Amino acid sequence: MNIAVCAKEVVDVSEIKIDEKTNKPILEGISKEVNDIEKSAVEEAIKIKEEYGGEITILTVGSVDNMENMKELLAMGADEAVIISPPEESDYTVVSELLAGAVEEIGDIDLVLCGEASIDLFSGQVGPRIAELLNVPQITYAENLDVEEEKIVGERDVGGNKIMTVESPYPVVVTVTKEINDPRLPSLQEILGAANKPINEWGPKEFMDHEIEPTTEMKDIRGVSMERKNIIFDEDELEDSVKNLAENIAKEGLLEG
Amino acid sequence: MVLIYSDDKDTTKELIAKGRELADETGSKVTSVIIGEDDDEVANELIYHGSDEVILANTDIEQFKAEEYTQVLKKLVEKTDSEIVLIGSDKSGKEIAPRLAAKLETGCVTDCTDLYFEDGTLTAERVAYSGNAVAVKNFISEPSIVTIPSKNFDPLSKDEGREGEITREELEVIEAESKIIDVQEKESEGVNVEDAEIIVSCGRGFENQEDLDLAEDLSEALERGTIGCSRPIAADLKWLPEDHWIGLSGHEVKPELYVAIGISGQIQHIAGMRDSGTVVAINKDEDAPIFESADYGIVGDLYEVVPKLVEAINEEKG
Repeated sequence: MNIAVCAKEVVDVSEIKIDEKTNKPILEGISKEVNDIEKSAVEEAIKIKEEYGGEITILTVGSVDNMENMKELLAMGADEAVIISPPEESDYTVVSELLAGAVEEIGDIDLVLCGEASIDLFSGQVGPRIAELLNVPQITYAENLDVEEEKIVGERDVGGNKIMTVESPYPVVVTVTKEINDPRLPSLQEILGAANKPINEWGPKEFMDHEIEPTTEMKDIRGVSMERKNIIFDEDELEDSVKNLAENIAKEGLLEG
Repeated sequence: MVLIYSDDKDTTKELIAKGRELADETGSKVTSVIIGEDDDEVANELIYHGSDEVILANTDIEQFKAEEYTQVLKKLVEKTDSEIVLIGSDKSGKEIAPRLAAKLETGCVTDCTDLYFEDGTLTAERVAYSGNAVAVKNFISEPSIVTIPSKNFDPLSKDEGREGEITREELEVIEAESKIIDVQEKESEGVNVEDAEIIVSCGRGFENQEDLDLAEDLSEALERGTIGCSRPIAADLKWLPEDHWIGLSGHEVKPELYVAIGISGQIQHIAGMRDSGTVVAINKDEDAPIFESADYGIVGDLYEVVPKLVEAINEEKG
């Protein structure tokens, strides 16, 4: 079973600060890691490979700041990685076309795994878009996957407290949630062993047979700062701290129904 | 034309209100789509709420999946020559919209919180970086596909004098290769944290499931309280059903008072409660990030703090 996993490097959102002068989030200098949810997609791919064999290819669009992030996925058990450089103007249309184009270029892919969304922008567009571009079924928000030779069965949380079970033949695009598994941490030996696994860099012209134009553009991004009072009650006696807290809650009228 | 679709009727009405505003600005019309439900009464309800036209779309398919919804909507977008498509941002809408966008080779913005024309260009705002920023995006393609969460816009008031047209469309779709085998209801207590006025929320600081009773006591003392929780309590430990889960992948809430007990305050959790009125944090780790997002905090063992807070609240109430 040959699997492509779409995984990207994202900024650690918890480190983001807002520039007070420009009111924009400061993204420079923030550490990047592979999107957690996509690590779960890689983990799921490795489990499938352990049972059915085949090759796992990691696909990522965009520059990679820290190559260690790609190596980590290879150390976990993926076989190779392809880093695709996007054209200057990019959006979800462009990214999805590149990913779908890469899946076709590699050829003979049975399963494309993605995260339900990436943690930075949480748009969730890429999986369904790739499925459409490849003209294959989609199983989104999979919390559990049961892989058989001829079909894959996914349990998906469809909201409204409902779990839907869907089966599909291959090829298929599946997006997973973080709940599907706990991604493994590669051992030192695995990290060293992955050093020679190929990381290829592709330009769009090398494998796309048509030009791709973005369909949306980012006009602005503005910071949202959360103003909180940040008052900590730390009297000598806990009773006093608690009393202060209760008084403040009452003062704000929160005890009146 | 502005085309509206959501499988939730309340959301549909909210989208119609937004669609109405955009259509009036461009001298266009609002068409709502109902799929697989042939009911004039339901259609009229949407007209009373501002839709100019309602299309009742029927196919010979019994159970719908994104692959098929996408085909139905593509045909209707083309038939109505729609420039804007508004889709409800629930889980089904969010898997249909991008697929539809790829089919139509056009742009899509999901989870849009505001939508307007600026210099004649359709502009959509959405939350980015777990709530730390708002991304403002311009469409440079048509049709423009947008998903909008429920309760984001107010519906227009019902006006039974409003007239509109109901049309029926029989559509042929190619059945997808995937199959729905089963749909099961999850364990649920019918709790709705999204509408709660006061939330007492529990995190990993609780050592045992039974100890959540402490939060329950506080919730009772606060009278209007509802119990919430962070991801580990619902998703990993499963001490509470997912109705209680607050965060980016759970529910987004904005109560008047949010009390976070034993919650460290990971960004995904904060994203779900950042619009709360007053935030109180109780945590034994003084460096827990939750304190940065709190108005009032007590650093201490929740097992000591919470019972004392219950007493103090009861005293305040007299």
